[in-house]
Amino acid sequence: MSPANYVYLAALLFTIGAAGVLLRRNAIVVFMCVELMLNAANLTLIAFSRMHGNLDGQIMAFFVMVVAAAEVVVGLAIIVMLYRSRHSASVDDANLMKL
Amino acid sequence: MSALVAAGGVPGLWTLADGQKLQAPDIEYGKLSPTLIVLGAAAVGVVLEAFLPRRSRHVAQVFLALLGLAAAFAAVVGLAASGAGSTKAQIAGMGALAVDGPALFLQGTILLVGIVGVITFAERRLEPRAHGAPVDSFAAQPASVPGGEGEQMAVKAGWTTSEVFPLLLFAVGGMLLFPAANDLLLLFIALEVFSLPLYLLCALARRRRLLSQEAAVKYFLLGAFSSAFLLFGTALLYGYAGTVSYSGIARVVSGADATTDPVLAQTTGNDALLLIGGALVVMGLLFKVGAVPFHMWTPDVYQGAPTPVTGFMAAATKVAAFGALLRLLYVVLPGLRWDWRPVMWGVAILTMLAGAVVAITQTDIKRLLAYSSIAHAGFLLVGTIATSKDGISSVLFYLGAYSFVTLGAFSVVTLVRDAGGEATHLSKWAGLGRRSPLLAGVFAVFLLAFAGIPLTSGFAGKFAVFKAAAEGGAGALVVVGVIASAIAAFFYLRVIVLMFFSEPRADGPSVAVPSVLTSSAIAVGVVVTIVLGVAPQYFLELAGHAGVFVR
Repeated sequence: MSPANYVYLAALLFTIGAAGVLLRRNAIVVFMCVELMLNAANLTLIAFSRMHGNLDGQIMAFFVMVVAAAEVVVGLAIIVMLYRSRHSASVDDANLMKL
Repeated sequence: MSALVAAGGVPGLWTLADGQKLQAPDIEYGKLSPTLIVLGAAAVGVVLEAFLPRRSRHVAQVFLALLGLAAAFAAVVGLAASGAGSTKAQIAGMGALAVDGPALFLQGTILLVGIVGVITFAERRLEPRAHGAPVDSFAAQPASVPGGEGEQMAVKAGWTTSEVFPLLLFAVGGMLLFPAANDLLLLFIALEVFSLPLYLLCALARRRRLLSQEAAVKYFLLGAFSSAFLLFGTALLYGYAGTVSYSGIARVVSGADATTDPVLAQTTGNDALLLIGGALVVMGLLFKVGAVPFHMWTPDVYQGAPTPVTGFMAAATKVAAFGALLRLLYVVLPGLRWDWRPVMWGVAILTMLAGAVVAITQTDIKRLLAYSSIAHAGFLLVGTIATSKDGISSVLFYLGAYSFVTLGAFSVVTLVRDAGGEATHLSKWAGLGRRSPLLAGVFAVFLLAFAGIPLTSGFAGKFAVFKAAAEGGAGALVVVGVIASAIAAFFYLRVIVLMFFSEPRADGPSVAVPSVLTSSAIAVGVVVTIVLGVAPQYFLELAGHAGVFVR
């Protein structure tokens, strides 16, 4: 199978993730959609790495995984903190500041 | 890595041919020393946090942070003095980092901003003493529920969040890498390294914790969203060029090397990869500089975050992100100039006008300064569009001038207080000039510098940026910029009029007497603002010498 198909799949996943961030209301689900976008980028990197026959893309995918893990640590801490003080993780409820 | 690939074929990717040796990377530790010192100090700070008793942590952390930042600044000055910024500019760290004029200039600026930031973080005299212990602007125990039992116990025990200093150092470390990044992987890593600590710092306010937490969530979700775009853009550019190094991509974009590689010929034949990839990466950076239409997070985060954090973030993030944006546009995508210039024109016009116009309607001083920072991002974009050496150096100068005005202005905001903490509503600032003329006068200096009135650093910076843009063929953009400046001047002057020419309110705020820390932070801001305004020549020349990117 041509590696290009993986790139199409990754683009699709990325779009699903981006749409999820914009449409979903629960902060945790929004965050999961961001992770989906990161993983779509990983898939793209690996597909292109295979196409070009060099390892740069695969090395980058490792770095992205580490960064995504660090982001989970920080993100979950912040979202859990929000949930504990408001008993809601909805991004619509976080509306104390407005124009 | 190239040695591995040279073995050829897919199995050759992960095996070494006979007699081939894996070469150890050659790292120029001297050239990387500023970043290494800062990140090393941050790691030591984490260890201190684990092993020192609570009461001695604050002093130790402040001392360590100042020492680390000062040592790193000395290293930057040493590198610049040895010619690393001009004649001996080079790519270091196996092609990952550029050590050149713009990188060193911006690193120096970020380190000075970091030092002033540490000073404002360390202020402990503004908040009333809690159970006899002096406290700073950060929550006693950020994990506890606001107003809950855990928080009361933490306050009673006199706990403080001294973790803010290592977090600040990690953020500064990432920011030092960001404008120096010379490949897209390091760009992404540096972005995350400085963003993650900032998300946390936003959540740590002692007062108005719900606002602070909300700001952190908004900043985090939008920041992670934008960095995912940046990463996907990186992946597409990698697909286009087969490499992530800036110079490698630039060569492929300009078509300098006639390629015999059939795969590369196929991917470079697909302009969609290049255009979409470039656009996504630029989008990620425009989010960080707070340019319209990616500015939505700015007012909320600036308002909700603890004010010392806001000042540090507003100044340092902008410096780092504009450095990275300049390098990306000038080193990676100069071959695409005719594609990105019209887009950046639109973004710059929107940013300047939206920032200036929406700021007029603001009633909160921190939100007002946030919209003002959006307008300033627009002015900086005007200089970026010049695509000339003058454009680079004028943006460098503007960043240096702007960051100290911002730090000073937010430090002043920390001083105007009432029973609920900082009195940020503009109506409470009425008549401040009659009650405390010195503080109001200092704030007026900062506002005049924001507005770009002559004899302040703001004027010198704006003049340099507009001049470079006009010479670079963006005359119409300069006209829009001047109009936006005039609109912006209106609301800055309105605050000055409010402070000096209206009656003080009976229930108005009082001005806290700061310790020597915040006083010196404000004094640095005033001195830099006036020196850069009255005698900008030396610093303009310094920025002029620093205005060449190494490729």
